[in-house]
Parts: sequence; C-alpha cells; structure tokens
Amino acid sequence: MRDFSYLRADSVEAARNAAALPGAMLLAGGTTLIDLAKCGVAEPATVIDISHIEGLNAIDVTADRALIGALAKMSHVADHAEVKSLFPAVSEALWQAASAQLRNMATIGGNLMQRTRCPYFRDPANFPACNKRELGSGCSAIGGVTRGHAVLGVSEACIATYPGDLAVALVAFDAEVDLGERRLKVEDFFLAPGATAEQEHDIRPGEVITAIEIPGSAAARRSTYIKVRDRQSYEFAAASAAVGLELEGDGRTVRDIRVALGGVATKPWRARAVEDALKGKALDEATIREASELAMQGAVDHGANHYKIALAPRVIARAILKLGETA
Amino acid sequence: MTSHIQTIIDPPEDGHFRNGVATDGLIPSPTTLSLNLAINGRDHALDVEPRVTLLDALRERLHLTGTKKGCDQGQCGACTVHVDGERVLACLTLAAQVEGRSITTIEGLADEDGTLNAVQAAFLEQDAFQCGYCTPGQIMSAVACIREGHAGSDEEIREYMAGNLCRCGAYPNIVAAVRQAAQELRS
Repeated sequence: MRDFSYLRADSVEAARNAAALPGAMLLAGGTTLIDLAKCGVAEPATVIDISHIEGLNAIDVTADRALIGALAKMSHVADHAEVKSLFPAVSEALWQAASAQLRNMATIGGNLMQRTRCPYFRDPANFPACNKRELGSGCSAIGGVTRGHAVLGVSEACIATYPGDLAVALVAFDAEVDLGERRLKVEDFFLAPGATAEQEHDIRPGEVITAIEIPGSAAARRSTYIKVRDRQSYEFAAASAAVGLELEGDGRTVRDIRVALGGVATKPWRARAVEDALKGKALDEATIREASELAMQGAVDHGANHYKIALAPRVIARAILKLGETA
Repeated sequence: MTSHIQTIIDPPEDGHFRNGVATDGLIPSPTTLSLNLAINGRDHALDVEPRVTLLDALRERLHLTGTKKGCDQGQCGACTVHVDGERVLACLTLAAQVEGRSITTIEGLADEDGTLNAVQAAFLEQDAFQCGYCTPGQIMSAVACIREGHAGSDEEIREYMAGNLCRCGAYPNIVAAVRQAAQELRS
C-alpha cells in the first residue's frame, strides 16, 4: 500500500473542503478504501478520516421515514428495533451482508460507496485492462471468467456486478441520499457503466454523504430481502431480491409492490416491469412466477453467468410468495 | 519529520488549510504520525506512517502477536480485536483511526491473575481448535457475539461467527464452545 497523508476532519464542512483536494479520499469504516489501497486499486494522496465527526451516526425512525446518519454502522442499523419492524428488508439486507466484524466497521454512507468485487477490477498487476480503473483500457472480464458478472445494465465497457445488499433495499423503497447541496434518489445516485464505466456514483469533488432517508410505506413494513449465494453466509449474492408488498382489504389483491434486484446487475436494480405486472392482480403462484420473469428483459449474459437469468426470477418469486404467506 | 495528527477544525476560508499541513494550494505530504493508543487498558505511544494498520502496529511495533495476520484483506477474521467493545478487523483499520478509542486484544481478555475468560475456558474444554492460528480471532469474535446477544441458538452462532474462517474445520467444536460460554455467562 502506497503511503498517504492523513488528516482528521472534525466537521462535515471541513470534510467537504478536504474532499475537494486533488487525490483526497474519505475514510469512514475503511472496509472498502483500505482493502482497495492494499490491492493497488485505490491510491489516495490524502486520506481524510471522517469517522470522528460527531453526530453523523444517528438513527431516527418514525412510521413516516427512517433517517440514518452517514456514519451509522451497518450492524447498528440492522439491529435497530424500529428498522426491523418498519423496514424489515433493510435490516435483513444488512445482517446478511459481509460479516459481523465488517458490519461493525462499515458505515451506511461508506456502504453506498462500496466498489465492485469484479476480480479483474481488483487485480491491476495481472489485469491492466479495466475501464472502471482506467477508461479506455478495455475490459478483462469480457471473454474472461464471468460467473459472478452482471447480466443487467451491462455495456461493452463493463460488466462488473454491483455487490452490495443495502442499496438494493433502498432502491426498492425510494430512499434518497443527502449530499448537502444536492439530494438524489439512491436509484439515480448509482450509475450503470454505459460508456463511462469509471464513474459509479453521481457524486462530485467536495460532496460528502451525510444521511439517507427512506420513506415509510405499507410495502416497506411488509418487506423482505432474500439472498441466494454460493455459501450460506459471508458471501456476495449470486442473486438477491428486496421485495415489499401491500395488499388490498381482500388480502390477496396487490395494491402496491416493490421489487429490486442485487447480484445480477451493474447497479442496484429496480424491477418496475415486475411491479407493474402485479399491481391490481390477485396473488397466485403462476401469476407471480410469470411476472417475475419480466425482471430479466434485456438481460445479456457472458457465458458462465447465464444461470443468473434463470435464478433471479426465482428469487423474486420466492420473496413475493414468502410475503404473501404472511397475510 | 514526525507530527501529531492534523485535525481540520476550521474550514479554510481560502480553499486551503490553515491549521492542517496544507497551505498555499500544496497537498499535504505523508509524514510520520505520533500516536497514543489505549490497548488492554494501557497507553502505548508509537510513531507510524499513516498507512500502518492497527494489525501491523500491534504485531510489529508493540509485539502483541496474539492478534494473527491471516489474509490481511478482511476475509478471514484472524485479526479480530475489539474497538470500544465491538469486534472489528485490525487489518482494515488504520492505527491512526483508533487513537482515542479503547482497544482490546486477545492478550487483554484474561484476568490479571491469569483466570481465563469464559470463552477461552470453553474453547479449551470443547477442543475448539486444531492448529490454533485462527483461535485468537475466533475467541475475540465469540466474546462479542455473546455480548451482542447473537448466540441464542446454534444456527445464530453459525451465522454471526461466519466472519471467522477455520481452515482445520473445527467448526462443530467452535459452535459448541460458544454455546457453552453463552450458557455459562447467562446463568
């Protein structure tokens, strides 16, 4: 790991000013930054430690909304009683992510800045070509080993999978990220690669994530996060789904449904075609399975990741069926 | 040159730092930091480069080698320590970042008179290791797992101990040790 200079910010304003320095990177939990610095992917000239800023770790939940400070730890949000009762998919996405140690370190703001686990991205010594690291250098994954790569939102520049869980739940429930002067839908904060694979987030020099806000809803209260992976725990998703469901008074007709996917796309992926196909419909297994297939419209595989096109709709259907059973 | 950590207190008015090391548009340059770390109830002064992790500071500088280096990439849990009572990975933590925090390592777990922590004793009784390399991390993780209230069933223990890998495959005995210690600590 290359050395860097270290500055500690005591306020958000100081952090914003420092974040505008050339080569500056913010350090919160460190689980992405220090890891990528060791891989030789991140080479900050200056590390701005924001983890000592007071008051940015508050978790404030009402029936109307969850307001979560950027420095709140993943573990604390996952175990928060009102998050569990009013936003169960958010809690479930968090406790199924990473390990207990990493969740005690990683912050909610830092989690949104988590980078892909694409093995080619993480190995610059052996794979110089990576459009995410250096635009125009090419993509080593295309034509390489692609079992973990994305099938949705891919481009000729990049097929790296967005690896996180929390943001999948956030996208399902229309959460927003507070950047100070700007406030964005989490869905818009993440950028699909297109021709600019190196830019994964709509964040500008000098901007600092201060909080996320999740609107409360009946669908958020009746929600779940299902994560399918190669081993039972401590692994990234092969495919995952955050689903929220609100039924009419008859207990079977869909009033509102939210569906978002992880592990299969280049960004946290809202599956609106599935939602639209199910709104107003009476829930039965055949209808759910047929609608879930719509999530894969436009999917493009690169060989070894073909299985994700079959797997993801089944994960969605399993989540909807689970919520339906709790009626 | 050695310096204390520069804390950015005042936002700079001219776009540069006044009380940090950067002025006149210069980017601050790496410099050795003088740290004071509170480890196992004792203060330790040391000078380190900013990039030095807590794991390397513990092992290479303070000779507290009970905390193990496995993968050094946040994937195996061998370096698990407690910071302010919570389990974290020392390999992904900068030493500079934990100044002012309370750090506990495996060396700080037993009583002063050598009486083992209940989890340490349970690992011995249940034969919860083979080569022993992952054991300090397993034990630090288990102490926190029980304290968090995540050791209520074998299933929960397996889930919340998943961040600690054991290449010898002593998992059944590790689960038994955590279960035993959790029961003892509850009663």
